[in-house]
Amino acid sequence: MKRTNRFLASAAGILSLMMMLTPLGFADRPKLINGAGATFPYPIYSKWFSEYQKVNPSVNFNYQSIGSGGGIKQISARTVDFGASDAFLTNEQLKAAPGRLIHIPTVAGAVVVTYHLPGVSEKLKLTPDAISGIFLGEIKKWDDPAISGNNPDVSLPNADIIVVHRSDGSGTTNIFTDYLSSISSTWKRNVGKGTSVSWPVGLGGKGNEGVAGTIKQTPNSLGYVELAYAEKNHLAYAQVQNKSGNFITPSLESTTKAIQGKLDDMPGDFRVSLVNPDGPEAYPIAGFTWILIYQKQKDAQKGRAVVEFLKWAVRDGQKYANELLYASLPQEMAEKIDSKLEEIQIG
Amino acid sequence: MIASSRKSRSADLERIESLIKKGAPRGRLIDEAFRIFVGVLAWSSVGLAVLLFLVLLRESWPSIRQFGWAFLWSSEWDAVKEHFGILPVIYGTLVSSLLALIFAVPLSMGIAIFLSELGPPWIRKPLAALIELLAAIPSVIYGLWGIFVLCPVLRTVVEPFLGKHFGFLPLFQGPSYGVGMLAAGIILSIMIIPTISSISREIFLTIPTPLKEGALALGATRWEMIQLAVLPPSRSGILGAVLLGLGRALGETMAVTMVIGNRHDISLSLFEPAYTMASLIANEFSEATTPLYTAALVETGLVLLIVTLILNIIARVLVWSVSRQVKGVPA
Repeated sequence: MKRTNRFLASAAGILSLMMMLTPLGFADRPKLINGAGATFPYPIYSKWFSEYQKVNPSVNFNYQSIGSGGGIKQISARTVDFGASDAFLTNEQLKAAPGRLIHIPTVAGAVVVTYHLPGVSEKLKLTPDAISGIFLGEIKKWDDPAISGNNPDVSLPNADIIVVHRSDGSGTTNIFTDYLSSISSTWKRNVGKGTSVSWPVGLGGKGNEGVAGTIKQTPNSLGYVELAYAEKNHLAYAQVQNKSGNFITPSLESTTKAIQGKLDDMPGDFRVSLVNPDGPEAYPIAGFTWILIYQKQKDAQKGRAVVEFLKWAVRDGQKYANELLYASLPQEMAEKIDSKLEEIQIG
Repeated sequence: MIASSRKSRSADLERIESLIKKGAPRGRLIDEAFRIFVGVLAWSSVGLAVLLFLVLLRESWPSIRQFGWAFLWSSEWDAVKEHFGILPVIYGTLVSSLLALIFAVPLSMGIAIFLSELGPPWIRKPLAALIELLAAIPSVIYGLWGIFVLCPVLRTVVEPFLGKHFGFLPLFQGPSYGVGMLAAGIILSIMIIPTISSISREIFLTIPTPLKEGALALGATRWEMIQLAVLPPSRSGILGAVLLGLGRALGETMAVTMVIGNRHDISLSLFEPAYTMASLIANEFSEATTPLYTAALVETGLVLLIVTLILNIIARVLVWSVSRQVKGVPA
């Protein structure tokens, strides 16, 4: 009994000491900025947060990669200082938010068509019609003229194409279905674009690893994954014919070219899809990822810190993009973003 | 030896008696406070369940209002056009769990009988521990094993074999993908075998030895002894074990979603991809952006809860009726 009492007393003592010290400790601590959202840009964001510490040690970031949906919900509820999403908000979603939200593109990603054809080592060349036909279930065999016509040197089997897609909601799916909608009116009418859609054919794999794993284990299969994932895991992927008619190998450079292809008709709010851009060297299946912040920042200190960070991220921060396999923003884009950030009212 | 232990026991009693006498008036108060305290703890679990149900109901209200009962029997799940129906998903959940039970129950019975009655004593304990270890493996590991080991075997060996020799049955028709309903059923059965077998084994061990010895003394073979003395009194316990296994199978998410193929289709063939409620929620919740979409996913969770409840009630009734029957039979 006595021992318990002493234990309780010392525990209470420690607790009250901690309570006394905590406010003092926080006063000296750097400003903490909370963010939540997309998982796709999480590696580059955490790299930025740690690098930015060296530039400005008074700002600390806490980012939860809970998915784009969660990011939109949390910024709309004002529980975080910034949100992050792989899909831009619809007009209804913007209206539902309690204040005016601004989209800031941070980096871009590309989606590749990957496949498993035993005995084929050449890169396949795929036209938009071939890709949409396969995912609509209209092209069923590998030796269909829509595929073999552009790949005369490849011996394609007379086998069923086993289509694999993502089963989880994801920004990757959003980019890919955005592309399919832009090249096929049938797709646009029957399926549409979104983070998860009602697929006409195919097996669903969970995550990039689920899709890649299923493709690896299934001969004659075809699916789509993020470029970064395909590069890291040495998957075979196809060259895709772009708007100019050239077959483009997906790469970080050709994705940045896709952003450049869209610069001329970039809308003021940056809510733009990067698929099917102009430009002879642009890879056509790409998309931005965005950070979402309110135009009116209530907390002056935090608001200023976020704006400064974003200015740094779209310029100096871009040099970390390629090593983490994201496509960086071109210089012209950073200038456009700078003038957008001017619109933010602080305090 | 016996005398000394008896002496110490009486000393213990005296000590307790004196303690009670010392604190008699306070003791009753403590008793009462303790009763209230544990009562609150017990009821709080009921409260939690009710709250859970209410929150699910509230969060899914937009979807319930929009789709009504059609949510349960519509087959279309289209997040773009915001049409939601979960019939294929309910079907996939029930069939994959049923399949798991069909594989797991006979296997688990065999394991439990071997480990409690027939196996050489030196191997029983380590083997039982090893099987229980299966329950400790994270489900994502089962899923990865499913993708990289099980599915290729199914695709190249098992499914072509079944298709060739039993292809006249609608169960075994269509192309072999590897992933699909069959793969999900097998993964689930492996995951619930430890639960069912270890509980069944515990139950067999509670059968009094004289009963078993009596059966053997009357000239029963080992098989007859198990059949007559071990299995009948264990029936309700075995049902309980199966029920626990079923509960795990219904709610399993990660491993299933990695091997089932995630397709909103109802197909009799076990080779075809399917979908389960738990996988659907896990797959789509984090990126569900519109309110109606989220509500539809929450309603899927509500339906899963209700389906689990209904199956639990059915199983309770079964256990109850079986145990009543057994009591009626003179043992």
